[in-house]
Amino acid sequence: MINSGIPLQYFLVLAAIMFFVGVYGFITRKNLITILMSIELILNSVNINFVAFNKYLYPDKLQGHFFTLFVIAVAACEAAVAIAIIINIFRRFNNIDVENVDEMKY
Amino acid sequence: MTSNQIMFAIFSGIIVLFSILTVTTKRILRAAVYLLFVLISTAGLYFMLNYQFLAAVQITLYAGGIVVLIIFSILLTSHISEKFEATEMKKSIFSAIAAISGAILTILTILQYPFVASQAPAKEVNMDLIGKSLLSYNVDGYVLPFEVISILLLAAMIAAIVIAKKQNAK
Repeated sequence: MINSGIPLQYFLVLAAIMFFVGVYGFITRKNLITILMSIELILNSVNINFVAFNKYLYPDKLQGHFFTLFVIAVAACEAAVAIAIIINIFRRFNNIDVENVDEMKY
Repeated sequence: MTSNQIMFAIFSGIIVLFSILTVTTKRILRAAVYLLFVLISTAGLYFMLNYQFLAAVQITLYAGGIVVLIIFSILLTSHISEKFEATEMKKSIFSAIAAISGAILTILTILQYPFVASQAPAKEVNMDLIGKSLLSYNVDGYVLPFEVISILLLAAMIAAIVIAKKQNAK
């Protein structure tokens, strides 16, 4: 048995801690790239949840496995577009702090 | 403790420690490297659960692709030796309260729910099965999300080029 001695709850608690660390970073950081890193942490914790549920509750199916694959692909797209936007912002404002980027606000 | 439990303890320790460092460190390049450690230990967890293909995708796409992309954009937009100013005390305290109370609530809920592990035999995940499931339109086939994700990738690629292209001064 592969999951000998490790209950499902351990994985879920680990993912929950990682998720809220990501949320903390998302709230406190000002630099756009570090905010992007926090989002990657959050997505990654969700992936751990999907995989653990798949392995423990439905080991004869593969939904969690494939959904994780698709989430990783979406994360890659999101990172590419976000970094394009960040580079464009850097060209216009010469830094990437969220507090300075308010041209479209009013 | 079995070897499995020791491995899990090591991986989860690395993940928790380095994810906290990722969101608190003052140097941005170090944050990216800590994020890399977190992602690689996550791949280790996938290996432990016997999902080798997923772990390989995690390493190549996340650790190899996204982190390199992030490091490139860090090098393009900030000085390596640059340090962030510390977060305001009030802001970090209130964010920590929000995050910790959310975590406690979630963990309590998880620990109270009686999950029943299924005893069904685990499915052998090999490349053959993954490829056939991705392109099959029967039950347990994933051809629709597969096609949607291909269109999304194409759209993201075009969007990234269009956005990052140098605009001509009017």
